[in-house]
Amino acid sequence: MTDSNHIIESAADNHIHRDDIGAKMGMWLFLFTEILLFGGLFLVYAVYRFQYPDQFHIAGMDLSTAIGTINTIILLTSSLTVALSITALQKQNKSLSIIMLSLTISLAILFMINKYFEWSGKFSAGIYPGSEDLLSRHNGEILFFGLYFVMTGLHALHVLVGIVLLSIILGMVVNKKITYDYTVKLENSGLYWHLVDLIWIFLFPLFYLIQ
Amino acid sequence: MTNSSAVLNQKSFYEEGNTKAKSGLAAWIFSTDHKRIGLMYLSAIAIFFSVAAIIGIFMRLELISTGKDLMDAQTYNTLFTLHGVIMIFLFIIPGIPAVFGNFFLPLQLGARDVSFPRLNLFSFWIYITGAILVLLSLVLPGGPIDTGWTFYIPYSVRSGTNISLAIFAAFVLGFSSILTGINFITTVHRLRAPGMSWFKMPLFVWATYATAWIQIIATPVIAITIVLVIIERLFGVGIFDPSLGGDPILYQHLFWIYSHPAVYIMILPAMGVVSEIIPTFARRTIFGYKAIAISSLAIAFVGYLVWAHHMFTSGMSDTARWIFSLLTFLVALPSGVKVFNWVATMYKGSIDPKPPFLWVMNFIFLFSIGGLTGLVLGSLVTDVHLHDTYFVVAHFHYVMFGGTGTIFFAALYYWFPKIFGKMYNIKTANIGVALFFVAFNLLYFPKFILGYMGMPRRYYDFLPEFESLQFVSTVGSWLMLITLILIIWNLMHGILRGRKSESNPWGGVTLEWHTSSPPPLENFKVIPEVKHEPYDFSQLEDMKND
Amino acid sequence: MAHTEKKHHITPYSTYIIVWLALVIFTSITVTVAGISLGTYTLLVALFIAAIKSALVINIFMHIKFDESIFKVFLILSGTTLFVIFLLTFFDFLYR
Repeated sequence: MTDSNHIIESAADNHIHRDDIGAKMGMWLFLFTEILLFGGLFLVYAVYRFQYPDQFHIAGMDLSTAIGTINTIILLTSSLTVALSITALQKQNKSLSIIMLSLTISLAILFMINKYFEWSGKFSAGIYPGSEDLLSRHNGEILFFGLYFVMTGLHALHVLVGIVLLSIILGMVVNKKITYDYTVKLENSGLYWHLVDLIWIFLFPLFYLIQ
Repeated sequence: MTNSSAVLNQKSFYEEGNTKAKSGLAAWIFSTDHKRIGLMYLSAIAIFFSVAAIIGIFMRLELISTGKDLMDAQTYNTLFTLHGVIMIFLFIIPGIPAVFGNFFLPLQLGARDVSFPRLNLFSFWIYITGAILVLLSLVLPGGPIDTGWTFYIPYSVRSGTNISLAIFAAFVLGFSSILTGINFITTVHRLRAPGMSWFKMPLFVWATYATAWIQIIATPVIAITIVLVIIERLFGVGIFDPSLGGDPILYQHLFWIYSHPAVYIMILPAMGVVSEIIPTFARRTIFGYKAIAISSLAIAFVGYLVWAHHMFTSGMSDTARWIFSLLTFLVALPSGVKVFNWVATMYKGSIDPKPPFLWVMNFIFLFSIGGLTGLVLGSLVTDVHLHDTYFVVAHFHYVMFGGTGTIFFAALYYWFPKIFGKMYNIKTANIGVALFFVAFNLLYFPKFILGYMGMPRRYYDFLPEFESLQFVSTVGSWLMLITLILIIWNLMHGILRGRKSESNPWGGVTLEWHTSSPPPLENFKVIPEVKHEPYDFSQLEDMKND
Repeated sequence: MAHTEKKHHITPYSTYIIVWLALVIFTSITVTVAGISLGTYTLLVALFIAAIKSALVINIFMHIKFDESIFKVFLILSGTTLFVIFLLTFFDFLYR
């Protein structure tokens, strides 16, 4: 209750008020909707893996553990750099913050490049939705690849959104729209980016580590 | 509580906006003022409600006698789908939260606006975008959708109609709902007036808060389900289609994981409005305040656990069937807590039967019938007999229209003087309530009997033995049409020609009555400090003296 | 936790780097373990490690350990919801 009083006071004397905790709360609530969005997909995955354990096993062999592992490390590192950029800005080290943010964006782009080669590899091997090769396989394998394309695809879409978002934030840091005493926008974008990492942490073993 | 006389000569939010444009359309559509946004929702929702209601009238006309009367089966299929989709996604789900939640949540909390005013405007525009997409799906080549509002697999993957566009519209509308939910939760946590502890919040705020939680926790599940169906339609990815190994029952699970809690998105805010109206017109503090507040959260929680009672005949496992049946009965508990507390509030109160109160009486009666027949359907044995019959149709019209729809009108009639600063004709309003009661029961009660006799839902034709009851129901639909015209005409007349209302005509004591009617741009000249319990009518004298 | 402390909590660089190292180590463990055939336990081990990794990310990277405690309540709420959905849905598929 103490902190809400604090806000109300500031709201009372100043009509345009700033509520950092409120902004963060909104972001967390949004992240929960993201968790539940992917949660629905994980539920579909769980049900089909339960129904077709052997086919999931066989189909999983076609995915490259190496590419998956590399992308995992890339995303983990980008999570680190975005966290570091927040600390740097809070310690008023603007240039380090900018470097770290740029690194995050570069790593995200690297992730997407890997993803591109991974997917195009699958396509050229004749594995894509509705392909003859895929349709000739067992139902469980069709479902596995269906889920593979949808889940990693939706995740990749989130990475793309993250690249755009972080680039905007980077611009705002450079233009001093985001400063050391007002970092909540940077922090919120960081939260989003960590969530993208978090989802990958679960996608990775479920798709790339079925040996 | 010092500002009511001071604000008398203050400008209302109609006269003073926060946009660059001072008047005209731009002053509305770019306004981040929660009151203007609420009113924009109201006008949009009123249009969609009218459209869907007229579709309903046409369906009843087709059913006036056996055989083809007005339209063929395919037209009837699209009409019942449209009626469902528009009523559910464009009217009932956003209805009370988006209109009255937007307008009154900040007022009742003693805040100047919601936490994220720009996001709020954005949600409105997403809603309009979704609505336009729904309308586009009607006119584009491919034809209007014919799957029913549930979009069950496999037909929804194979039907050639504009399913992808229509369910994408539902996705967009869901996004609007999520953003509104996030906004409301943050507002309740962060912007309560000084002194307003959690258990001093009005019960409408509690209900809206619980609703907002369902909105953000349940809606993402339908969002992803919809995306999966679209992907399956567009790219032939195997997810649900049984010919590719998919499981249509899994789709039903995911659909109802959202759509059952969505029923509580529809009804909870209505229950909140009831908890506002009853104390005001019984002049008595609400009985069991905490029980009602907590029961809102309990309904939100338990309501999340019962979705598969829509699927008793789908072929899911017996274990799941009895578990979900058991859980379904649990929902009746918090709902019962509310109804008994409302009735106890009226006991020995000095009741002033003004139109909003009469609407609530209508609600309690109709909703009780709807709720109790819900138990009949929640029970496995009877559901197998009644599933997909008119009994279900009657049940959910009693709950949704008799419940939420009735309260939508109650809320309009209750807060009308606050929103517009004017008053409608009380006598006409009373006649409207009475007519509504007769028309409603004439229209829907025969459906219980028809369903019990075995009349299946979603058919444009029926056996001769059902003819007399179907005819009664159709006559009821005409009376309902007349009633609705009367109710809405009375409100419109009140807005345009009504006499000026005093600031607090009903003697309400929650914070929205502590400011002028209509409220000024930022609601309160000075943010009020809350010292009383929310329904403490002893403060009424002080409010008058100020 | 005092209000002022929460507001100005700045996580040191070193904490983040240690957490990152831990995450990388856990990743290599999970990849290695996946190579060994553990039968049905393979999935459980992989999910267990993923859970530890996500706990690290949520607590430190996402700062929830140092933020308002209400965020933790929210997080538990959404996690519980997800768990309940899984549980109830599997009452169908487990007993078909």
